Amino acid sequence: MSVTTYRENPVEQFLRTDRMPHIWCPGCGIGTSVNCFARAVLECGIPLDKLAIVSGIGCTGRVAGYLRLDSFHTTHGRAIPFATGLKLANPELSVVVYSGDGDLAAIGGNHLIHAARRNMDIKVICVNNFNYGMTGGQVAPTTHFGRLATTTPYGSPEIPFNLPHLVASCGAVFVARWTTYHVVQLQRSMVKALKKKGFAFIEVLAPCPTLYMRRNRLGSSVDMMKLFKEKSVVKHGIDTKEVAITNYEDPIIVGEFVDTERPTWLDNYNEIMKKRLGDKYVPWGVNNG
Amino acid sequence: MAKKVGIEAAIAIAEAAALADVDVVSAYPITPQTHIVEHLAHLVADGILNAEFITVESEHTALSAALGASLTGARTFTSTSAQGLALMNEIVYITSSMRAPVVMALANRALSAPINIWNDHSDVMSVRDTGWISIFANNAQEAYDLTFMAFKIGEHPDVLLPVMINFDGFILTHVIEPVVLFGKEDVEGFLPPYDHPYKLDPDRPVTMGPVGLPEIYTEVKKQQDVAIRSSRSVIDAVFKEFAERFGRKYSAVETYAIDDAEVVLVTQGSVTDAACFVVDEMRKRGKKWGVVEIRLWRPFPFDDVGSALTSGKIKCVVVLDRAISFGGPAGIVMSEVRSALYHVPNRPIVIGVTSGLGGRDIMFEDYVRMFELGEEALRTGKEPEMVTIIGVRE
Repeated sequence: MSVTTYRENPVEQFLRTDRMPHIWCPGCGIGTSVNCFARAVLECGIPLDKLAIVSGIGCTGRVAGYLRLDSFHTTHGRAIPFATGLKLANPELSVVVYSGDGDLAAIGGNHLIHAARRNMDIKVICVNNFNYGMTGGQVAPTTHFGRLATTTPYGSPEIPFNLPHLVASCGAVFVARWTTYHVVQLQRSMVKALKKKGFAFIEVLAPCPTLYMRRNRLGSSVDMMKLFKEKSVVKHGIDTKEVAITNYEDPIIVGEFVDTERPTWLDNYNEIMKKRLGDKYVPWGVNNG
Repeated sequence: MAKKVGIEAAIAIAEAAALADVDVVSAYPITPQTHIVEHLAHLVADGILNAEFITVESEHTALSAALGASLTGARTFTSTSAQGLALMNEIVYITSSMRAPVVMALANRALSAPINIWNDHSDVMSVRDTGWISIFANNAQEAYDLTFMAFKIGEHPDVLLPVMINFDGFILTHVIEPVVLFGKEDVEGFLPPYDHPYKLDPDRPVTMGPVGLPEIYTEVKKQQDVAIRSSRSVIDAVFKEFAERFGRKYSAVETYAIDDAEVVLVTQGSVTDAACFVVDEMRKRGKKWGVVEIRLWRPFPFDDVGSALTSGKIKCVVVLDRAISFGGPAGIVMSEVRSALYHVPNRPIVIGVTSGLGGRDIMFEDYVRMFELGEEALRTGKEPEMVTIIGVRE
């Protein structure tokens, strides 16, 4: 009789397996991104008690509940302000916001631009599936022009956000985009983001087979993966003006677009307070912030 | 021609807004309300409803856009639930203060935290004092009728206030029930065109919403209070006209089997029909129980509640609350009922129960327990100050 031995999946230690099965549909891309993230955390070697995950509402919002890390599931759109409070109260923490396009760019859009402008030292992972998945596939600020959603039954008349350009123009110091096809590259960028000081943003393009793809007759998740493979063009360092995804048919520009340095909000705050108070001021979070 | 169809309550509400020929729909998806706005989006896209459908990016924006539209003289509809209403809150207060007759269908859902998408009344209770007319529907037909009537009530020149139609999330929103839907010709003349006397109009420029200094703020608030209290006569008149034309009767306070009842349960929303069923069953076993529903929540019908609960042989009133006022009177509706009876000589005993929080089912035996608590209070002559939470694990 042969003996089968099992090796534990290295990702499993990061998951609350007691919460499984998860709510994500077969073919959904969110789980793939979580797999990459768990491997990135492993690779970075961040002590788990120094890592906090904050999610908003939506399918991607569920990530906070499935990761066996300190996590908070905030209200719709408010993951970034919550993360800001977390980071500034305890600058030792690595704070990651893990949420969807609807949560981060629609209802929470204001917080996204201001956190980027302030160069708040948080990492934002935005899974973009081009619609509001959890509530049933309504139009989002990322829906391709002319594509169908339950609230735009004959096509969206709106031009979607170019998310990398939005955050880059506000001053994000690290901006990347990959699809769920690019698991190796995505993991690598996540490692870089986790090690980066300042506001880092990664957009992860993901299939939503149940709602967006089915409604728009875009085939299965396998078709989407093929499309990601065929249409993606890697252009590191390209001007983010050039990376908009307006049509489903256009090439998808992926890569690490921005990787730069500038003082974080806390650096500037410490400097100004030091100028005012001199030796009386004890800089906050300088060792790790 | 009016026709009876099997239809989801949420879709029926959207049909009521379409029947009212709304000009602007502004809403953001939130469970369990979403089907309403999705259906309206389809009606607009199919050219059945000639309206602007605004796909906003948050509820705060949804009501802000609705308010702006309403003040230009457009008939405006929005819909939300729980957290959506909480995010709207700033504009909820401003909409009534600006006297904009926006109609909102509120699919009642529990407020976070913990995150809970199921039904209770914590959302509507959180906006109790914001100056909106607030009415409860118990089933899909009522939700349809009341949403349609809401426009006529709110837009009446003597009222000019926003109206909120409450209907229980999932329990009503997602069930398919038989509903009589009107054709446009059936309701001809019932709902006059909306004509706000002080609308934004380039030919008669006005500034809206500026600073109200201490010299004027008090008077504005007093006017608002007078307006909502006076709306009662319009609400009654609209209910009466609807009953005369279409045969379905609505009133501020509804009663069921109270003529000979000693113990009555006070309800709001879909639990009313369930409580009536329990009363029917228990009457077969000799229990003289009845149900009183406070359909009109704001303006609160103090006189109607007072006279209904002091009629016949009523000795004990059990008030079922679907939300908690933490550290306050606990039972929010109970507190209002006690106020309504405060001046009444020989008033009945009033006790409070809370049940069905965050979507927990209220079972047959739970209703029986509520009535029995009333009987117990009668036996002992004790009127507990606090509410009893039915079925709580401690």
